[in-house]
Amino acid sequence: MSPLQKVAAIILCMIFVLMVLATILVPTPYARQFRDVPNGGPSTAHPLGTDALGRDSLSRLLYGTRVSLLLAPAAALLSTLIAALLGSAAGLLGGWFERIVLALADLSLALPWLFLLLTVRAMLPLDVPPMLSVIIAFLMMGLLGWQASVRVICAAARGVRDSDYLLLARSSGCKPVRLLLRQVAPNLRPLFYAQFCISIPLFILTEANLSILGLGVMEPMPSWGNLLRGFEDFSALAANPWRLVPLILLVTVVMCFQLILPSQEVTQ
Amino acid sequence: MRRACAFVFCSFVMCWATVVRAESPGRSGGELHFCVHGEPKTFNPLLVEEDSSETIRYLTGGVLIRLNRQTQALEPGLAVSWKVSQGGRRIAFRLRSGLRFSDGTPFTAEDVAYTMKALMDPQLHSPTGDSFRSEEGQVDVQTPASDSVVVTFPAPVAGLERLFDQVAILSAHSPQKEMAVLGPFYVADYSPGSYVLLRRNPNYWKKDQQGNPLPYLDSVRLDIQRNRDIELLRFRRGEIHLINALDAENFDHLQKETPAVVHDAGPGLDSEQMWFNQVPAAPLPEHKKNWFRVTEFRKAISMAIDRADLCRIVFGGHAQPAFGPVSPANQFWFNSSLPVPKYDSAGALRLLAQAGFRLEGGTLRDSSANRVEFTVITNAGNKSREQMVTMIQQDLSQIGIRVNLVTLDFPSLIERITRTYDYEACLLGLVNTDLDPNSQMNVWLSSAENHQWNPKQPNPATAWEAELDRLMRAQSSAATDKKRKSDFDKVQQIVAEQQPFIYLVNKDAMSAISPAVVGSAPSVLDPHAFWNAELLRLGADQALGAQK
Repeated sequence: MSPLQKVAAIILCMIFVLMVLATILVPTPYARQFRDVPNGGPSTAHPLGTDALGRDSLSRLLYGTRVSLLLAPAAALLSTLIAALLGSAAGLLGGWFERIVLALADLSLALPWLFLLLTVRAMLPLDVPPMLSVIIAFLMMGLLGWQASVRVICAAARGVRDSDYLLLARSSGCKPVRLLLRQVAPNLRPLFYAQFCISIPLFILTEANLSILGLGVMEPMPSWGNLLRGFEDFSALAANPWRLVPLILLVTVVMCFQLILPSQEVTQ
Repeated sequence: MRRACAFVFCSFVMCWATVVRAESPGRSGGELHFCVHGEPKTFNPLLVEEDSSETIRYLTGGVLIRLNRQTQALEPGLAVSWKVSQGGRRIAFRLRSGLRFSDGTPFTAEDVAYTMKALMDPQLHSPTGDSFRSEEGQVDVQTPASDSVVVTFPAPVAGLERLFDQVAILSAHSPQKEMAVLGPFYVADYSPGSYVLLRRNPNYWKKDQQGNPLPYLDSVRLDIQRNRDIELLRFRRGEIHLINALDAENFDHLQKETPAVVHDAGPGLDSEQMWFNQVPAAPLPEHKKNWFRVTEFRKAISMAIDRADLCRIVFGGHAQPAFGPVSPANQFWFNSSLPVPKYDSAGALRLLAQAGFRLEGGTLRDSSANRVEFTVITNAGNKSREQMVTMIQQDLSQIGIRVNLVTLDFPSLIERITRTYDYEACLLGLVNTDLDPNSQMNVWLSSAENHQWNPKQPNPATAWEAELDRLMRAQSSAATDKKRKSDFDKVQQIVAEQQPFIYLVNKDAMSAISPAVVGSAPSVLDPHAFWNAELLRLGADQALGAQK
């Protein structure tokens, strides 16, 4: 691990600790509206000021970090698992199975994601509590975000398929499932890890985009996405620079995730 | 020496011209620029149904009677006088003589007759004509003289003369068809997706107090711009002269930068309201349907919402608490005797207790111990509506009710509230452009499609809805405005008592007008900023960018 990666890891750890200790650090509930101080500046009661409805911005930032940083990796894990399973099997088996999997990936890459998410959201039941709606949003992202990874993993698995050690394993009577789990998967593990790490910031940004459109995490629950909606009021940013904190945090986390990705040498 | 004299003379002439120009409060000429928010779908004034075409109709159409947007009184237009008789079935006009269309074609009673026949032609499907259709049957139009027209409808039409504000007179003989107009401007150029250019109508009949011909402006350029943020940016850059409708947020930003350009004319006709789904066939749990049908439940919700906070926080003070279907901006039809709702969560709990609800450990439960919780839907991307629901969440949590917010894209939302009825409560706004209660028939009649809480009822589901039906029909056929007002006051009273719509706020009518525009007088009625377009002119510094 390079020094830069260590710094990135420390920063991420610190953010995770802050996120976990949010309840102790900021006792103000994230949904409580202090209606006498809407759009308030930093003060001792509200170190990062208040939002347009008078809610404590620090509290919302920490809780929003918790939502985004817990659920984005969960969605990334789900999509990586799907991609790993389909990609490895397709690369290993080859033939018509590989063609079907790759055709499915191409087909779903060609789908207009936004409209698909809009349609799925419109079909879901309405009487769901905010936490469940958050989980649904990230679940949808996880289920729909595997296509790009599957191509990469399939190409790598294809390389493994023709390797000598796999030939040896096959000749010793190793079954396909065992081949996949004991021979192929361990060799592709760094690639899975890289795909997982790449997906996390991608899902954070997707959630942010969906929230900007009003389709991500529902009020009053905070997330980085709906915190970034404050940027619609662009002209107010110059007068209230502390509103940039969610953006700075998002950029920091995404950069840290990029930095701690395994380097080329490690993945190989 | 001669060169020096010539230089001094030229300098003097230029300085004098500058001084004279600076002293003049405003002068004729110039091109007014502003944006419309979509492609005009038609230039035929009888087929207008969307905002861009409406703007063009307003600026180009000559009407027999004009509603003054500031005084809300009817004023003579192409008609010098008019008389309504037979209880609103018949209207007789005396026309101005010697007028010409923009292409020079003379204006006669024949043109009015031609327009009325075209307007009422069922084949044309004119949205403007629909408001005149009170019953099946032919409309009879007589032209006893070249300057008089008598129109007889098959049945009385309530507020008949007011409806003529929307009827732009067409020429019966002009080769230019509907492009020949009697309004202050005519359509000179149209570049699809880019702009519509209106030029001064040289044959416009109106003159100012000094006898100068109107309009003052040479032309009006309507840039087609869907994006309101870009419209605001262009106004800031000085590329356009006015923004007809501003939201509270942009109003405040502009006010901080240049207070002189923004105008808040007070509460407008538009309202924001919430309602509960009372459709019997709605796919909702039976206990929730029962809550929504209980008047005390709806009244308690209304009482527990702090409207003053909604106005102050969501709209930055540019809205007024609403408590009825008619905004105070509608001076004649507003029922001022309605009780002003007060924020009272304790009172709301008392009402709920009367209806069998009880508060247990901070959670409100009904008589069957079901937790009171419902989901409010609104359209995605509308920040003020999302904020209102979020504030309502906190208000109702004080009385133990949990409110969820779901934002949906507009087509999905419309599908739910008009076809599947798969929703519990909805928060939307109502854009009201007409002062007359007849324009709300499609809301208050129980059989109407926009009777949103329980639309298209074969028979009124409740006694009070039957009474609403009766009163709305009575006011629409009443002979006098006094009787109509009395009936519609009762409608407002019933709506306030039953709260089928929980009215939240009436948004202010806000606009931005560059100081370069002289003669503006923003009004609460639409068009707010250019209703007196014929009297507008560009001032001494008429260059775009003057507001900087």
